[in-house]
Amino acid sequence: MSLKQNLHNLKEKYKGTKMAPAFNAIHTFLYMPNDVTHGGTHIKAADDLKRTMNMVIISLLPCLLFGMYNAGYQHYAAIDPSLRDNVLANFFTFDNLWIGIIKVLPLVIVSYGVGLGVEFIFAIIKGHEVEEGYLVTGMLVPLIVPIDTPLWMLSVAVVFGVVIGKEVFGGTGMNILNPALTIRAFLFFAYPTWMSGDKVWVYDAVNRAGTVDAISGETVLGSYAQNLTTNYSIFDKFFGFIPGSVGETSTFLILLGAAFLIFTKIGSWRIIVSTFLGAAAMGMIFNQVVAADIITSSSKFYGLMSTAWWEHLMIGGLAFGAVYMATDPVTASQTNKGKWIYGFLIGFISIMIRVFNPAYPEGVFLAILLMNVFAPTIDHYVVQGNVKNRLKRAKVKTA
Amino acid sequence: MSKDIRIKKGLDIKLVGVAEKTTTQSSLSSVYAIKPEDFHGITPKLIAREGAKVKAGEALFYSKSDERILFPSPVSGTVTEVIRGERRKVLTVKIAADAQQDFKDFGVKDASKMTGEEVKNHLFAAGCWPFIKQRPYDVVANPNQTPKAIFISAYASAPLAADLEYTLAGKEVELQAAISAISKLTAGKVHVSVGANSNSPLAKLSGIELHKVSGPHPSGNVGTQIAKIDPINKGEVVWVVAPQDLVIIGELLLTGKFNATRIVALTGSKFAKPQYVAAIIGASVASFTKGNLNTDNTRIISGNVLSGIKIKETGFLRYYDNQITAIPEGDDYEFFGWNKPVFDKVSTTRAFTFSWLNPNKKYDLTTNTNGEHRAFVVTGSYEQVFPLDIYPMQLLKAFMYKDLDEMEALGGYEVAPEDFALTEFICVSKQPHQKIIREGLDLMRQELG
Repeated sequence: MSLKQNLHNLKEKYKGTKMAPAFNAIHTFLYMPNDVTHGGTHIKAADDLKRTMNMVIISLLPCLLFGMYNAGYQHYAAIDPSLRDNVLANFFTFDNLWIGIIKVLPLVIVSYGVGLGVEFIFAIIKGHEVEEGYLVTGMLVPLIVPIDTPLWMLSVAVVFGVVIGKEVFGGTGMNILNPALTIRAFLFFAYPTWMSGDKVWVYDAVNRAGTVDAISGETVLGSYAQNLTTNYSIFDKFFGFIPGSVGETSTFLILLGAAFLIFTKIGSWRIIVSTFLGAAAMGMIFNQVVAADIITSSSKFYGLMSTAWWEHLMIGGLAFGAVYMATDPVTASQTNKGKWIYGFLIGFISIMIRVFNPAYPEGVFLAILLMNVFAPTIDHYVVQGNVKNRLKRAKVKTA
Repeated sequence: MSKDIRIKKGLDIKLVGVAEKTTTQSSLSSVYAIKPEDFHGITPKLIAREGAKVKAGEALFYSKSDERILFPSPVSGTVTEVIRGERRKVLTVKIAADAQQDFKDFGVKDASKMTGEEVKNHLFAAGCWPFIKQRPYDVVANPNQTPKAIFISAYASAPLAADLEYTLAGKEVELQAAISAISKLTAGKVHVSVGANSNSPLAKLSGIELHKVSGPHPSGNVGTQIAKIDPINKGEVVWVVAPQDLVIIGELLLTGKFNATRIVALTGSKFAKPQYVAAIIGASVASFTKGNLNTDNTRIISGNVLSGIKIKETGFLRYYDNQITAIPEGDDYEFFGWNKPVFDKVSTTRAFTFSWLNPNKKYDLTTNTNGEHRAFVVTGSYEQVFPLDIYPMQLLKAFMYKDLDEMEALGGYEVAPEDFALTEFICVSKQPHQKIIREGLDLMRQELG
């Protein structure tokens, strides 16, 4: 008997049992089900949620691969800064990739293993199918954490994020906050000393602290927040040869992913564009404040306020947040008009938090979480506009 | 004067099996069946018991809510069987047709000399009232209300839909008689929509407001046209008649006979020769598809692939349909079907789905759902195929959590299930939109009237 037939028989066997969702999750991974339409339309379009989610994962793969090389590159470059003199020659080396394999892959495996484990348990307990939301979350999480995040911390955060961020609301499609960012926020607020500073961004920097071999890798934002300058060129910042969370450093690859998501019509171009617009607007305002001498170089805000608005767009997690986080359709605004407002405010508030938050010079995840909370409010007012038009139409008619 | 309607949002689903423009006459089927469930919201009260002799046009049952609304037998013959379901609900009335058809005579009428009340009573008596449906709620019209306008869509944009220009050709006299009659039922206008470049027999009628429609499906849906011409506000009612039913009304007025024959399109890839056939309402599908239809693993649909109803091989042509579609069932697994590139299915995305490369290709789609039912996740996709000024997902959700205030405010009065057929087709979460809308409308009708 063929695999197809065997699996079909097993499906019949598990039907109605507690284990059915778990089995179906694996079965439907291998084979698209033999379900046919009942009532309603007799034909259906080719897209399902798995395909949709898969597109997001594909768009993330370049960032993941780059992040693996960058993990090694930042490590060796911290030990021997002369490596930075010739980035291209010293970047795509096997040594760099190896660090990525031993440091980044475990993050991916733990993220998926723990997260999907929780998903399966909930599916079995609650008797619903295992839903695809975590396929994307599980890939996002390793890309937005610092390289030296201990695996146990990640596990705890993932469990928290999946349970509190998603399952308590009823699973995929019901959550208010972006689960990946809930996980990131949990890590930041539960282990703040570990998650900030200049050590966690480069492999082994934490272990070597205090020894003669000590290395450090401050992020660009971290340096600017301390009114310091960096040696990274615009080229480094745009293509991502800088320290940062695993997969968010390369603005170039993120934009490539954005192009793919927009072309496939999976990601909302409205949110992506408006987030960048919002960030640029806030950046320009700060630039004007500096230009008007309201803030001088003695101010602790001077470093980030004087950063050119276009540079704000390529440092830190802004691009990654705009393309992969803000666009999560479940937690974003759901109306087209609302998406413009939602995205713009994310960008705007991101840069504001970035400049004014003394403890941690990155505001993107906080801004997105904040706007996640306000997205239903934005939608409410957009939809009320439609309702009002309808009432007005009725009134004109009777008048 | 014609007012054009141009739709941009929508989707033409091009399928294999367009009916060729030849019409065969079907021989008289031995058994005809009328199903009260075709008249949504009607509770039937049986008149013709088993064994009763009926003429074509004689009532089989009436509506419990208004006993003037009669439902006629399409043929003359003997009621052989009344199939009942739970709580003795009438499911099907079967009539064995006489070899020699005998029509009940309702008398020749001149519509131009009749008052609205006389037209109404005549339509009641001859069993033609059920052809008039109303919005809101998409049910048989309530004769106690006065519609602000009557809408007739003579432009069919649904997949493989019968070409009304072809099926109604030569029926100008009947159509004009029917229009003259039903225009007495409203103080407002009778809006007729035809295709932009069509030579429709309805275009030349008098006493109508003509609209030329262009754009992708659902431009031919009467709901779309109502929304663009004269949207329904709270407390308003419009009536809707299908053009093929106008022909029957017209013939009734001109000859005094209820002749339920219409031209039916046989469409879909499972027909050896997709074409047109003249058949009577309620005819057994086998009687006019035999030898043409491949029934091996086939989904037979009375109506189109988006809003039609699944019927058995031994099923019957439904009361309002002028199309039978037959497509392959899709009850097979597809290895890695969720991530491999797809060339043979329709999609509005480009997620490794390539129907955007070749917009004119005709597809042989199956009934596979292409994925499992999920909660709503993706946003913004419905709006691309939904031309009404309504937020489709917000309305669907309101219909699901049954908040009557929101259902009303978001546009519940303006929609019919078929308006949500395209959003259901493209739905990534495979939600049953039309069912949600139908149930919501029933609730609104029950609670708000």
